[in-house]
Amino acid sequence: MKKVISVGQIMRNVVYALLPLCAWAVYQFGISALALILVTTLSCALTERFFCWMSGRPTTLSDFSVIITGLLLALTLPPGFPLWMGAVAGFIAVGLGKSLFGGIGYNVMNPALVGRAFVQAAFPVAITTWTPAFAPGRFVEFIPSTLALPFMSPVDTADWVKSHAVDGFTGATPLALQKFERITVDSSDLLFGMVAGSAGETAALLIFLCGAYLALRRMMDWRIPAAVFTGVVLVALPFHLYQPEAFPSPLFMLLSGGLMLGAMFMASDMVGSPLTARGVWLYGLLIGSLTVLIRLFGGLTEGVMYAILVANALTPLIDSITQPRVYGTGGGKEARS
Amino acid sequence: MGFINLFRKHNTFSHGIHPLEHKESTAGLKIRRLPFAPRMVVPLLQHRGAPAVALVKPGQEVVRGEPIAEPGGFVSVPMHAPVTGRVKAVGELVPTAEGPKTPAIVIDTYEASTQQVLFDSPRDPARLTPEQLVEAVRETGMVGLGGAAFPSHVKLLPPKGKKIDLVVINGCECEPYLTCDHRVMLEQTGKMLAGIRMVMRALGAERAIIGVEDNKLDAVERIRAELPADLDIRCEAVETKYPQGAEKLLITSLTGREVPSGGIPADIGIAVYNVGTMAQLGDLVPRGRGLIERVVTVSGHGVRHPGNYLVPIGTPLRFLLEQVEADVGACEVVLGGPMMGMSTASLDVAITKGVSGVVVFEHREQDGLDRPVFPCIKCSACLDACPLHLNPSMLGQLAGVRDYARMEQEYHLNDCFECGSCSYVCPSNIPLTQYFRIAKAVNRETRETA
Ligand code: SF4
Ligand code: SF4
Repeated sequence: MKKVISVGQIMRNVVYALLPLCAWAVYQFGISALALILVTTLSCALTERFFCWMSGRPTTLSDFSVIITGLLLALTLPPGFPLWMGAVAGFIAVGLGKSLFGGIGYNVMNPALVGRAFVQAAFPVAITTWTPAFAPGRFVEFIPSTLALPFMSPVDTADWVKSHAVDGFTGATPLALQKFERITVDSSDLLFGMVAGSAGETAALLIFLCGAYLALRRMMDWRIPAAVFTGVVLVALPFHLYQPEAFPSPLFMLLSGGLMLGAMFMASDMVGSPLTARGVWLYGLLIGSLTVLIRLFGGLTEGVMYAILVANALTPLIDSITQPRVYGTGGGKEARS
Repeated sequence: MGFINLFRKHNTFSHGIHPLEHKESTAGLKIRRLPFAPRMVVPLLQHRGAPAVALVKPGQEVVRGEPIAEPGGFVSVPMHAPVTGRVKAVGELVPTAEGPKTPAIVIDTYEASTQQVLFDSPRDPARLTPEQLVEAVRETGMVGLGGAAFPSHVKLLPPKGKKIDLVVINGCECEPYLTCDHRVMLEQTGKMLAGIRMVMRALGAERAIIGVEDNKLDAVERIRAELPADLDIRCEAVETKYPQGAEKLLITSLTGREVPSGGIPADIGIAVYNVGTMAQLGDLVPRGRGLIERVVTVSGHGVRHPGNYLVPIGTPLRFLLEQVEADVGACEVVLGGPMMGMSTASLDVAITKGVSGVVVFEHREQDGLDRPVFPCIKCSACLDACPLHLNPSMLGQLAGVRDYARMEQEYHLNDCFECGSCSYVCPSNIPLTQYFRIAKAVNRETRETA
């Protein structure tokens, strides 16, 4: 009679879907990105091991979910992020974001985002230091900041960036450019990842396709990204129509920054999202609209991470107000016959 | 959300699952008679309600078809001797698939007997009054043969003030492996329609709809060709989907109406009967006989000769398995369908009136069983599967912390009819249905001791 997919299969397929993104990140940013991916993943895996051993739970390394956390975490960090900080982020992500709650299934928030939020607060400079994509020699030399030693004053990458920059690189992400300098990057550059940004957030089209793979295999709820996109458009469009120069178009909002990765791979994480169809729409719309509001009116350039964390925290509430209507409990199904 | 109904696929309910059917190996096989076992075991309680009371004594001779026990209350039915032979014991405790032992009448079969049924008292059902019809049905010892084993005559007497105007006949057979109803619809169409006619008359119902899953269109065709012109009986194909054969869901599929939570079909003027029950009634009532055998699908990879067998009630499971050359070594035997049936601990249980199938699994085939159980990952697959729109994920989490009271008060635990759809789809392999069964039992006990 059987059968349906297992947790292991789901997690494995999410890893498969993330691998092209990792490959693209490495192609774009070179060995620094590769090292970062390896370090965060290893750190997450070791942390998981450690906590499982501490609490006497059987190790859940085999379920791949911790690998997902590691990969996702690396993809949200700047490619030249110091490796030691990456290791800290991995430790926090799994230790604080997951193990303390009791492991897989019990965490309230997305572990990768918990790690990301922590380093955002702890290392504000490093996390906003962007390096150019497609720098010459990226496959043979590290971005200097990558190898920074723990607790040393940050390595200044400005000179390196200057010497490696492709024409016109400013060290700012499209979102920052838009926000502070009113320069809107061409959508096609965003689609194909020809911009600066976190290691794996830049190629919106690729991320979309990888996510679509999961949705088609029914290992991800398509309604979540759909709801996030809808939320973004609903909030961004009126502002854009009102004052096109000041407020970027919904399309730009969709394609820039971490939105695509967040919607496809982090908001859609099953554990932190609501159970019911109605709840899922509410949750997605909340993430989409919060993201735009933070981007437009907050002090930060990026809002997706906080939007998802807030929505994660609200999930139990959303669940409790969107219980399905149980068969035979009224609700207007009248006689048809 | 009324407009959703516009998009509602015709003739089905929402949610549910599509397990692999495994019906190919028996669907084409004609019903065959199983030999009589040398010793028969007839439990006095084979149905919902009160046990029957034995009428025979040890040492007494009985003739096949003779009443051997009388009803022990209103919700109770008589029993009839499945073989000609000698009563060996009365009230002997025998194992059941459910677990607790139950008293039974044990009969040693006369090997030389021709095993003819000599207990005929022919009558014309068309001349009986509705009250006499109900009594006639009760005398047959009939219970729901679809698996519920609820005494049939009780459903013919709806609660005061409730008028049944529609009879729904259940020919869905949505459980994997089972094909006995399919065969009955094909081979006993006339008897089945005769049974429906009786039930309609006894209830005073104007209409009847026979619902058949659309994987059995040959049965739909056969039935439609034989529908009587003088009665309002229709035969409808419904979507092949588990648990289409659950009576509440079949009602929704056929009429678009819902049975109220905690209620019964009679609350909305409907009575539901299984096709096998109808065929037996159509056969037994006119002849004044009792229910002494039923069609059972015997299937599964552990069976050498799968098929649909006419099995005397009381045949020991072990004897049946020998006859079909089942591999009874390292395997699991399920009575009923694999989704809602019961895995039996002992091969010494008897085939009772409610057993529609015997499915023999080799262990490796019962996939999923040995898969590790993970915590709930909130994937919501179970919510999308539950035909009653419950929240099995939440129920499961509450069961995990033993908050059984909250399961009942806030999450409709008592609506759950243990169909197994949620456990089936759960990627974490959580035995949700099992949790719910335990939770209900604990709640029941708490209520009783309070
Ligand atoms: S077993 Fe109960 S909760 Fe699970 S799907 Fe069936 S009715 Fe729903
Ligand atoms: S199917 Fe299993 S894992 Fe998924 S939500 Fe339901 S109980 Fe949780």
